[in-house]
Amino acid sequence: MSKRNKKGLKKGFWHDAWHRLKKNKSAMFALITLVALIICAILADYIAPYQYDLQDYNHTFEFPSKQHLLGTDNFGRDMLSRIIYGSRISLLVGFSSIIAAIIFGGLLGAVSGYYGGKVDNILMRAMDILMAIPGMLLAISLAAALKPGLFNLVIAIAIADIPGYARVVRASVLTIKDQEYIEAAQCIGASDSRIIFRHIIPNCLAPIIVQATLGMAGAILSASALSFLGLGIQPPTPEWGSMLSSARQYIRTYWHMTTFPGVAIMITIFALNVLGDGLRDALDPRLKN
Amino acid sequence: MSRYIGKRLLMMIPVLLGVIVVVFSIMYMTPGDPARMILGETAPASAVEELRETLGLNDSYFSQLLNYVKNVVFKFDLGNSYSSKKPVIDEILERFPTTILLATLSVAISVIVGVSMGIVSATKQYSIFDKIATSISLLGVSMPTFWAGLMAVIIFSVHLRWLPASGSYGWKYWILPSLTLGLSSSATIMRMTRSSMLEVIRQDYIRTARAKGQNERVVIIYHALKNAMIPVITVIGMRFGTLLGGSVLIESVFAIPGLGKFIIDSINMRDNPVVQGGVLLLALSFSICNLLVDILYGYLDPRIKSQYKLSKKRGLKKNVEA
Repeated sequence: MSKRNKKGLKKGFWHDAWHRLKKNKSAMFALITLVALIICAILADYIAPYQYDLQDYNHTFEFPSKQHLLGTDNFGRDMLSRIIYGSRISLLVGFSSIIAAIIFGGLLGAVSGYYGGKVDNILMRAMDILMAIPGMLLAISLAAALKPGLFNLVIAIAIADIPGYARVVRASVLTIKDQEYIEAAQCIGASDSRIIFRHIIPNCLAPIIVQATLGMAGAILSASALSFLGLGIQPPTPEWGSMLSSARQYIRTYWHMTTFPGVAIMITIFALNVLGDGLRDALDPRLKN
Repeated sequence: MSRYIGKRLLMMIPVLLGVIVVVFSIMYMTPGDPARMILGETAPASAVEELRETLGLNDSYFSQLLNYVKNVVFKFDLGNSYSSKKPVIDEILERFPTTILLATLSVAISVIVGVSMGIVSATKQYSIFDKIATSISLLGVSMPTFWAGLMAVIIFSVHLRWLPASGSYGWKYWILPSLTLGLSSSATIMRMTRSSMLEVIRQDYIRTARAKGQNERVVIIYHALKNAMIPVITVIGMRFGTLLGGSVLIESVFAIPGLGKFIIDSINMRDNPVVQGGVLLLALSFSICNLLVDILYGYLDPRIKSQYKLSKKRGLKKNVEA
């Protein structure tokens, strides 16, 4: 039995979940990888061997060597440094678009699940419309409408992700709403917003956290795809997708330019997916002994 | 059942109208002047203004939207492409079969690979094969498909020179794109098959089947697989829908003249009628895909079918959630 504190069982649940997660070796490995990536992104100025925009025309298209561990690109810029700086953009876009999608999608889902009836019907039909447009296409057309740039990229990806979160939260709210403690809160006269924010949202956090971890992987993939199509981050800012896009024309001769940015994406997504799976196992009360 | 299908088809109408409004508004907001794009940078301002007038671009947002919706709903007319001047409907229908073929090939590959790997992984849980297969599939989920496509080009067309890198002039050109898309979606299907099989294999009726001395292969294929496939079929159906709209990137990596690439090119050229028509067609096929999956679901699982019938009394809401 885990320790109970003032908050009672709630703390125990997260405490237990963390214990279960710690036992999962691959999830911990993924967590460490992610923390390392985040540190890399924050300390890029100190870690990167060169400036990301330092052009050296005497050393263009160099294959990996001791001076340039991952080679250089068509402007003689160091690939490793660009990938390290690129992690900033990818992690930032992934994180902020998921936060935005969770806040808006979560609110819509909570409101629509809690009130039901007409509100639910209208909101969910609006979500159906967004869901009917293939996600990638929606993100692409939004990105085109909003002009390229970091902030707009985040908005485009977030809007395309909102319906998914709205549905997850609505489903959890529907199961929670009829429980006795909500009824009790209503009886003692708690306001609707208090019930939603204090009782319902904390209780459906677990599925949201899992969805968010896996969703962040999806958001980073979308961001790199949009940049690859020229609709996201514009060069010379290093972003993994746009690096792939500019490397594409040299694919026949300089393989290293297309390989490494993709590997960086893959490692990040892989870590997020493994961590997401681990979190799902850790947070699923059905597996709780 | 037919009543349920009818209801679902009717419900598609407001959704598709909503799609028209959303896509129209997005394209309306998109910066850049289509008339300027058609005539080029050097055209005189008077000519651009004249073209704007003929295309109706000077009307207010609402009258343009109303006009467009009226044409689509009453005349089934999606307008003419700005750049080729041909009817949009012809232009998109000409390219749609390519996208459908690519999606079908990829789904076929992903089902063959994903389902069989999933079954073997589940029946030999925690074996070396299972561990390797699950890690590979996790890697597959983590790879951006367009990058996997680029890697396939580097390996199979640049270094080994086995297959052409881009274009579509024969069956050889389909191998790399459909393998890339198919194998990357097989990862999802494999994971789904595995977890669903694992759940079914632990059921009492499987133990009963084994206990009565049934051949293991028969148990797996006839008793377990049939039940385990129900959630997998949803994933496959949704995958097909996603691939119709999501093959955009692979089409542009391999220069396949499909609908996705056409829509991207049209977004860049500000050819609004094509983008609106194309997205509408994809949304329509996506919705039909989802409906087909739900119907199939009913046939595969009698419990769900009875729910459809029950829902007549309880209204439509439950159906949507199902």
